[in-house]
Formats: sequence, structure tokens, C-alpha cells
Amino acid sequence: MIFTGKTHVVGDHIDTDAIIPARFLVTADPVELGKNCFEGLEQGWIQRVSKGDILVAGENFGCGSSREHAPLAILGAGMPVVLAKSYARIFYRNAFNMGLLLLELGDDIAHIHDGDALRIDVAAGKIANLTTGQTIGFNPVPQFMMDMLAGGGLVEYVKRKIAS
Amino acid sequence: MRQTLAQKILQQHTDEPITADGQIISCRVSLVLANDITAPLAIKSMRGMGVSKVFDQDKVALVCDHFTPNKDIDSAEQVKVVRDFAREMGITHYYEGGNVGVEHAILPEYGLVGPGDIIVGADSHTCTYGGLGAFATGLGSTDIAAAMALGETWFKVPETIRVTVTGTLPEYVGGKDIILYTIGQLGVAGALYKALEFGGEVIDALSVEARMTMANMAIEAGGKVGLFAADAKTLDYCQAHGRHGDTALAADPGATYSRELSFDVTTMSPQIACPHLPDNVRPVEEVSAVRVDQVVLGSCTNGRISDLRAAAAIIKGHKVAKGVRFIVIPASPSAYSTALDEGLLRIFLDAGAIISPPTCGPCLGGHMGILAGGERCLATTNRNFKGRMGSLKSEVYLAGPAVAAATAVTGHITHPGTL
Ligand code: SF4
Repeated sequence: MIFTGKTHVVGDHIDTDAIIPARFLVTADPVELGKNCFEGLEQGWIQRVSKGDILVAGENFGCGSSREHAPLAILGAGMPVVLAKSYARIFYRNAFNMGLLLLELGDDIAHIHDGDALRIDVAAGKIANLTTGQTIGFNPVPQFMMDMLAGGGLVEYVKRKIAS
Repeated sequence: MRQTLAQKILQQHTDEPITADGQIISCRVSLVLANDITAPLAIKSMRGMGVSKVFDQDKVALVCDHFTPNKDIDSAEQVKVVRDFAREMGITHYYEGGNVGVEHAILPEYGLVGPGDIIVGADSHTCTYGGLGAFATGLGSTDIAAAMALGETWFKVPETIRVTVTGTLPEYVGGKDIILYTIGQLGVAGALYKALEFGGEVIDALSVEARMTMANMAIEAGGKVGLFAADAKTLDYCQAHGRHGDTALAADPGATYSRELSFDVTTMSPQIACPHLPDNVRPVEEVSAVRVDQVVLGSCTNGRISDLRAAAAIIKGHKVAKGVRFIVIPASPSAYSTALDEGLLRIFLDAGAIISPPTCGPCLGGHMGILAGGERCLATTNRNFKGRMGSLKSEVYLAGPAVAAATAVTGHITHPGTL
């Protein structure tokens, strides 16, 4: 899996109300949700995003509610991968279940700035920061989560389990 | 292995021997929960999985509590999806209308959760049932769909932070203050991926409802669960709410904890979480100059009958300050009806409060008390994230029920003892 794109940086403890406020939870359509992604952070935040861009966050990203609408909104907004210092637990599960890849960078997140161009090689565990020329390694995603993602998310996993 | 509460409960629900924290195990679940916001997504996922029935019609609870009584057409459509699904699947525990209240308030009252259970809910405050000694945690809708279909889910066995609370509780200080103080100490990410386990003489002396208030906010420190031993009080509570055969449950002495935190509450003041995170906690004296436009008493944190009693005792004989809206939301039909019988609703009405039917309402910025830009609210709820209760330019302060009532009377954040 290779991702290339431009980054958009948000801060620490970004909660699910910031990612997608409760008033927009009257639909489960990713594209509709994506239109209001980060509306709880700043009005019109999503205008800056082009398809394939990479979201970068600080500590405890996705804290707050269990709403799956949060990873769906990020996916629907066209961002297929998130880099963060760390993630909230429910959000972490939800993202993989929905097919959104999360990479945990710890303190190395400081080497990535808003607007940097990145090339992420998931299998090699490496991020090339094309803007600064720096290479950043990251801990491999647990095999269990990668299998889930590669198998098409949790829906497909259960389908197979029921069929067997 | 000497087991923590988390390890002990998980072990009872899996066939794989638990040998270490961090192990990924598959567990049978006792109850699966979803609400009017999260159930429609879970239902959609379940259909996508090609599943045509739930694993057990008696072990799924669907509670339409967030936007109900339905606030607009979209929320009405969502509830309809849940209602139709409940009918089609023959779900026993479907709640809407006169039997509905905030999910985490009604499930314990209906005897659906108890010690040693594993409960997964498509709602982050599912951890509330840890107050009864249940391993209860929030999951997303698709995880919930899988659990509804299979009756099992996977967990990473969590490390545990043990919190020991000693001393004696001062007047007007309760479960909410202890948990706010704990979150202030740990930080909103302090218990990330971990279990919290509470103990000590103060916890032993707390009511079961106060323990649920505390367990409810474990997630606000990033915790997976907030666990309390099940003692005689727990068993009495469960029996009084129609359960039979529950047994006591405690961690083994000498179990291994990743961190231990201990504090004495003897001189503690009521605690307030200031905008915009639940770990921004100060003693009430430090924020008493803060004026408010609205006070909300309710939610799965502090909308139970003991909370209504605590608030009514403070506000009795007083009036709500001019220009302040005091919104009282009993969290369950039983809390509402008991408050009626005990004359508490009369006390609130005489003081000039607004009484809402049981609902999540303004807690998540749904309805029944949304804030405009520049407005400030003190609430007994559990989250004060930016924009949580309305405008991004509004502010929410979190406190216990006694402070809420005192604040409604004066119009600024107030220590109940000074009224
Ligand atoms: S009362 Fe608030 S925190 Fe509790 S379930 Fe409802 S919205 Fe969530």
C-alpha cells in the first residue's frame, strides 16, 4: 500500500464532535458526512482538502463518542489515511472496521508539518517527507488490524465467518 | 495469575487462557446495545454482512433516546429504521416512548446489566455499567453489528490503572467530583487503551448510583472500562431491579497494575471541569466568578433519582436566578416518576425550572436546550468539548448535581455550602 498526498494538520485531543458534530448525524452516507468533516473544528475546514490528501493529528485523535460517522466522514472527505501521535481506542477500531488506515507515529509526528507532501509505504513502514527530504519510520500496524483492512473491513470478515 | 477485575471478567467469557495484558481474545457477550443514532448504521452493516437474525433476541437492547421525542423528520426516520428492525428481529428489549430514558440510566434499572457481564454498546458511555462490576465498553456500529450477529467480539486485554480513594467525603462532594478529580489527574488520554479500577474506603461507602456516575466518565480519561468490585450493595441493587443469581466479584489481592493512583478526599471541594476538555478541572472556589446562561441537570452521568434528590435539596425554597434557564431532565421514567411521588418536581417547578421528558437532549447538542454563540452552560453531563451543546462559540462547565442547583439559584458557579 502506497499513499502520496499533501498533509492537513490538526491538533491534540481532536474529538469526534470536532470531526463531525452531532447535528450532522442524521445520515450515514460517507459523501454527505464528508462535506461537513471537521465542521466542529472550524467552519468550512473541509474546503482545503483535495482527494487523496493526508490527515495529520496529535495525541488521542478521535476521542469522544463511538460514532462511526467520524472515520466515515474522513473517508468521505477523500482522506484515506491518518497519521497521529496516538488514537482514542474506539476510533481506532472503527477506522479499521470502516477501511480507514491509521498509522501511529508517536513523537515523530513533530517532523510533519501542514502542507508537506508525503509518500507513505505501509509495507516498508516508511514515510518519505518530500518537502523536507526526511524519512520517518513507524511501528507496523498489528497484523490482526491489517488483515481486517485487507479483507475489506469487518463486514466482509463477518460474512466469511458466517459462510464458513 | 492474580487477576485484575478486567482480566477476571474477560476470562469468564473466553475459552482462551489469558496469560498477559495486550493479548487479543475473542469473548462471548452478555448484552449488545445501540441507540437511535448508532443503531441505523449497525443495521445497515448487519444487512451488508448478509445476516438475517440476531444471535439472541433477548440479548440485544435498542434504546431510542438521543433525539427523542423525535426532534425533526430525519431523526424520526432514523427511529423508524430501528423500530422496524426491532419488530422484524423480534427484539425483546426495544425502548421508545413511555419506557424510554437515557440508555445507561434505564438498562441497570430494567435489570439488564450486572456483575461479571460483558456488555458492548454502540455508545461510548456504555462503560457506565462498570459501576455494577460489568466489563462494559463502547464500540462502533459495525463492531456492534458483528456482535449482534455472532454474540461475540474481540478485545485486547487491557492493562489496568488502579485508583484508590481514601478519607471521608465532605458534604456536597460526591461521585462526580471524585471522577472529575481523577480525570484532572490522569488527563483525557491518561488511561488510553487501559482499564480503570476503583477501590478504597470511599468507594466502598459510595452508593451504586454514584459508582455508575464515576464509571460513566472512565472514557473521558480515554479508558476502555471503569470497573468497581461487586459487593453487597451491588447485589442488593441488582436484586431490587429484578435480577437473580448475581454473585460478588473483586480483583485478586496482589494483581498487577500498570499504574496506581491514590488520593484522600477529606478536604476536597466540589470539582468543576472548565471548557473545553473534561480534564481541565478546578475546585469550585476558583471559578465562582463565572456567570452562566443555562444550567442542565440530567444525562447518563447525573440524571438518576439520587441526583435529582441532591439538586432538589439545594434548590428547595429558592428561585432560579433571573435570566438563567434551569433545565431538569430525569434520565429515566422511574427517576421521573419517583421524583413526582417525592415532590421533587414540584420543588423544581416552584423554583422556576423547566422539566423535560427523559432524553439525551442538550447533552450532545441534540435538542431541548441548545446554546447560542457566547452562551455559557453549567451541566451535570460528561463532555464539555467545543460546540458539544450547540454553537462553537458557546462554553460548557461540568459539575455535580448540588453545584448545578446552587448555580441555577445565583446565576454564577456556586459552592452549595455558600447558598
Ligand atoms: S446522556 Fe449524553 S453522554 Fe449519555 S448517552 Fe445521552 S448523549 Fe451520550
